[in-house]
Amino acid sequence: MGFIELKQVTKNFGDLQVIKPLDLEIKDGEFTVFVGPSGCGKSTLLRLIAGLEDLTSGSIQIDGREASQDAPAKRGLAMVFQSYALYPHMNVYKNIAFPLKMVGMDKDAIDKKVRKAAEVLNLNDYLERKPAQLSGGQRQRVAIGRAIVREPSAFLFDEPLSNLDAALRVGMRLEISELHKRLNTTMIYVTHDQVEAMTMADRIVVMNHGVIEQVGTPLELYRNPKNLFVAGFIGSPKMNFIEGSWAQAQGAHSVGIRPEHISITAEQSEWKGVVKMAESLGSDTFLHIQDSGVAETLTVRADGEKSFNRGQEVFLKPKKESLHLFNEKGERQ
Amino acid sequence: MARSVKNQQKMVNTVIAWTIGLLIFFPVLWTVLTSFKTEGQAINDPPLFLFFDWTLENYAIVQERSDYMKFLWNSIFIAGGSTLLGILIAVPAAWSMAFVPTKRTKDILLWMLSTKMLPAVGVLYPIYIGCIKLGLLDSRLALVIILMLINLPIIVWMLYTYFREIPRDILEASRMDGASLWKEIIYVLTPMAIPGIASTILLNLILAWNESFWTLNLTAAKAGTLTAFIASYSSPEGLFFAKLSAASTMAIAPILILGWFSQKQLVRGLTFGAVK
Repeated sequence: MGFIELKQVTKNFGDLQVIKPLDLEIKDGEFTVFVGPSGCGKSTLLRLIAGLEDLTSGSIQIDGREASQDAPAKRGLAMVFQSYALYPHMNVYKNIAFPLKMVGMDKDAIDKKVRKAAEVLNLNDYLERKPAQLSGGQRQRVAIGRAIVREPSAFLFDEPLSNLDAALRVGMRLEISELHKRLNTTMIYVTHDQVEAMTMADRIVVMNHGVIEQVGTPLELYRNPKNLFVAGFIGSPKMNFIEGSWAQAQGAHSVGIRPEHISITAEQSEWKGVVKMAESLGSDTFLHIQDSGVAETLTVRADGEKSFNRGQEVFLKPKKESLHLFNEKGERQ
Repeated sequence: MARSVKNQQKMVNTVIAWTIGLLIFFPVLWTVLTSFKTEGQAINDPPLFLFFDWTLENYAIVQERSDYMKFLWNSIFIAGGSTLLGILIAVPAAWSMAFVPTKRTKDILLWMLSTKMLPAVGVLYPIYIGCIKLGLLDSRLALVIILMLINLPIIVWMLYTYFREIPRDILEASRMDGASLWKEIIYVLTPMAIPGIASTILLNLILAWNESFWTLNLTAAKAGTLTAFIASYSSPEGLFFAKLSAASTMAIAPILILGWFSQKQLVRGLTFGAVK
């Protein structure tokens, strides 16, 4: 079981309130991602759940049991840190065995569990090595191994992949997702990378300035962002925002439109602009358009087969049914 | 061309470094050399450097006249005891300051260091009287406690800078893994801090070994250390440089050897916070 419920949770550091009163439910077995820009409070929220920080007010319940005052180890959660936080003086075997040793499990049982975890994570050949002799990906796997042997009711991941290079990151992303499918245990994952959030999450919690902006499935957030912040944060490249007379004509203070919802047409169309830059990714080409008259720059997704030159004039047609309308407060209309 | 300039620079640096090194080491070298001279040669003008009749006579006389082993044992007991006691107090103190700092931690650290700026003689009178009243004058116990206290600020500082270098994440991970405070200190913190603790112990040993103000003032025949042993050769019967040098050489030899074998560790410890 791993049902976690936060009620009116707040956290102050001195006079600064980094988490404003906040409610959140994390269902058993769910893969929840906290995402937001740096300093938004996502890591603090995770550390509050872990028990590494004390609540200023509010309560945290784990499986229906009040856990706000419990020591970290008592909460039955396991955490994987961004820095891996392996014990540098212990070899891989001892690192993975450490939590079991701390609960006083007997040696044979520990051995069995460690070997099983090592097999799952492909670490069998490295059990005698010290962390310093491992690559980044292997270290991360040891950190995960140390977490899974405890059979926690939930896993907490604090930006676990941000120290890895891009290729390895994609691989580990898949491994963690597969691990979630296999174990079916609640996982809470903190990242500032919205691609990680979109690809891994069952549910995403978007945070900004210590407040939850929106909670939903990746596609819900993508298709129906509740406000300008979520609209701008989720999706890559970013959504285009248009203000002024064109937006007013649509009956909104500002209008958001995603790059894939603007098409390039051969003949005269709604907008016209000049290509400032074309980024060819092979499958797609992203155009940055200037002088459209509606926004300073517009990002447009075009077919990767077509080529565009800098300075070329293009006609653009927004897909009217895919517009996101926001009022003056930045809320969805 | 660039290379030759570099090499020249290197040579100049090397010469300067050796000169400074020899200058600093010279008094020690002179003491050792003098210890092998006769009293006459020791005060010869011009001074004799290497070409004199080497003799072990002074060592024999010193050994005969005073009980070197007693002083040595006192030095070991007092330096070792004060270091052990100091470390037992400093490790938890530095732990709490490094990992659970409060608003006042920085002030406390500075205050502790400021006590080192007070001239020792300023508190000689109260401590001397205190020792008399407690019957601790000329006792090893008093010196163990006093030397521990005077070196405590430095070793707390040293351990504090060491502990600060240990990533918090690792300690937090151990907490998540179910380690209690003591298990965290024993299984995780201490093994990671062993190099730091070792060089702190070493430094404290050297400081305590070389301490002379308190050992001279608070001891007499019973608890005298090697510094008192050296001092006993300096005054009453006039100056006997050769014997004094022999006594000095015997007193500094143990710590010199210890320092020589652990110099790598010591340098690393002293520069740990500065160079990552």
